[in-house]
Amino acid sequence: MDKFDKLSGIAAPMPLVNIDTDMIIPKVFLKSIARTGFGKNLFDEMRYNRDGSEIPDFVLNQPAYRAAQILVAGDNFGCGSSREHAPWAIADFGIKCVISTSFADIFYNNCFKNGILPIVLPQEAVDVLMKDAEKGANARMEIDLEAQTVTTSEGESFSFEVDSFKKHCLMNGLDDIDLTLEKGAAIDRFEAQATQARPWV
Amino acid sequence: MSPKTLYDKIWDAHVAHESDDGTCLLYIDRHLVHEVTSPQAFEGLRMTGRKVRAPEKTIAVPDHNVPTTLDRAKGIENEESRIQVEALDKNAKEFGVHYYPVSDVRQGIVHIVGPEQGWTLPGMTVVCGDSHTATHGAFGALAHGIGTSEVEHVLATQTLIQKKSKNMKVEITGKLKPGVTAKDITLAVIGETGTAGGTGYVIEYCGEAIRDLSMEGRMTVCNMAIEGGARAGLIAPDETTFQYVKGRPHAPKGAQWEAALNWWKTLYTDEDAVFDKVVTLKGEDIQPVVTWGTSPEDVLPITGVVPDPASFTGGKVEAAKRSLEYMGLTPGQKLTDIEIDTVFIGSCTNGRIEDLRAAAAVLKGKKIAVKRAMIVPGSGLVRAQAEEEGLADIFKEAGFEWRLAGCSMCLAMNPDQLSEGERCAATSNRNFEGRQGYKGRTHLVSPAMAAAAAITGKLTDVREMM
Repeated sequence: MDKFDKLSGIAAPMPLVNIDTDMIIPKVFLKSIARTGFGKNLFDEMRYNRDGSEIPDFVLNQPAYRAAQILVAGDNFGCGSSREHAPWAIADFGIKCVISTSFADIFYNNCFKNGILPIVLPQEAVDVLMKDAEKGANARMEIDLEAQTVTTSEGESFSFEVDSFKKHCLMNGLDDIDLTLEKGAAIDRFEAQATQARPWV
Repeated sequence: MSPKTLYDKIWDAHVAHESDDGTCLLYIDRHLVHEVTSPQAFEGLRMTGRKVRAPEKTIAVPDHNVPTTLDRAKGIENEESRIQVEALDKNAKEFGVHYYPVSDVRQGIVHIVGPEQGWTLPGMTVVCGDSHTATHGAFGALAHGIGTSEVEHVLATQTLIQKKSKNMKVEITGKLKPGVTAKDITLAVIGETGTAGGTGYVIEYCGEAIRDLSMEGRMTVCNMAIEGGARAGLIAPDETTFQYVKGRPHAPKGAQWEAALNWWKTLYTDEDAVFDKVVTLKGEDIQPVVTWGTSPEDVLPITGVVPDPASFTGGKVEAAKRSLEYMGLTPGQKLTDIEIDTVFIGSCTNGRIEDLRAAAAVLKGKKIAVKRAMIVPGSGLVRAQAEEEGLADIFKEAGFEWRLAGCSMCLAMNPDQLSEGERCAATSNRNFEGRQGYKGRTHLVSPAMAAAAAITGKLTDVREMM
């Protein structure tokens, strides 16, 4: 997994609330058995007409935002299906950070497994960032994961919270499974004890 | 010892390791697997030379992509869908996990098969790469959806890296009125809390109206905990639970049954346990409901009218405008005036035998007034039982298509899809844009309400037909 440290990039505004994972990547694209190649279908039904032509109004089709690396979104981003294809599509498009007032639980966890930093901030902060994002390609936001700050193009900074373990894994690009396998003895012990206590499982 | 909630008790019984920062390895008792969210996880194991740690606790079944037409034995036409199902066939065999292939009468929607076969038991931890894993919480099991990376993690380690959620209590007091079902409860709760109201919490549903529900009704309630944003929904096990579980193929037997029962009876929230959030609804206030928009929180009693977006606040104003445009509805329009093209009865929310009985009770001797209507049983065994009870004949005589088991039009990954502008009364769980097909329009309802809409061709208050 790619390491996440600092990011300076264009932020795209998507103020819509309750953007669900069906919007992020519609089910017709879930049939692949690979993890890559989903970026071209990110937000497919909002982004393209049925004939495959682009819908010019959609934010990521606008010249200023085609290379966006940050998304500033409305409440409850990523709700619905658990499909990890959603963060795969986001990462494959080139977006490395999503900022909102809240995220759905499964989507939030899935982001960290794919080198994406989801940032939760209060409404007032997200409002400021949304305004900044609306300025287009000249407004670059700065994300510093180590310092846990987001800075607007005008230099206004907001601190955010992130779980220390998740931060550590993201900053070092660590594989969860390797880390867990290091605790194999503890799992063995638990399993032996649980099997005795609840043999029917 | 300090009083504990049901969630606290199940959590504590499954922590295999706890780090200083509170990050835990939670041991997983049952891992359910389907074809859409697992191929990349199995591939990951192959690439790293890892094995499935506990294949005997892993159960796989194809459900999302499978055709539900009667001729499905001839194979899956769509190449990508076929490859995905074939990948599950191959992975199940190679890694030695329990498997119910398409040809097995026990095949069905993973969340219906698990309980039906007795894989889901009280006090367990259950995960699946599917958000509706919350269903299994009806047994007093801690059950939730995970992503594909986590599927791989569970396959390899039988654990999940987790931090504990907060406790939320949703109490439904008193009795339900006639015509009001478990689906109406769960939608009414989401209407109250919003789709992010449960974010960060595990919900325990309790109260007389919940106690009075059958296991199948409880599964419907817990199934949609995820639509309220919660990690999981739980209901404490009781006699209803034990009676349902007893005698199922993978339920404990003999002395083990007695030992299990002794433990299961300790799985309740202690009297003085503290919840971080409490929501209470009166059972008698809940009415048959429908959704009008494109979020499961867009819930209103069937007696209501389409709301004015201006009546909302914040980002919901724009979202409601967008929803009404998508749904082709006007503020002030009576919900019972909305004409329906299609009715879909099925899904992990409402594809069990009691759901089919509720629909049949309304449909008996009637004919549909919609363009098309289909019933997709949740498993091959549900289908067989419905045929034995004569329900299938009622459906067919009414004009419904009587399908084979699968997820079908709930998420429309197989050929069962809405066309552009087609309006559907559905017993499934999501009314998102494009969920049931590109530009398709979904109104979520209970099976009885879906049946009523099929007969009149409009959204209908089922109480008027009782």
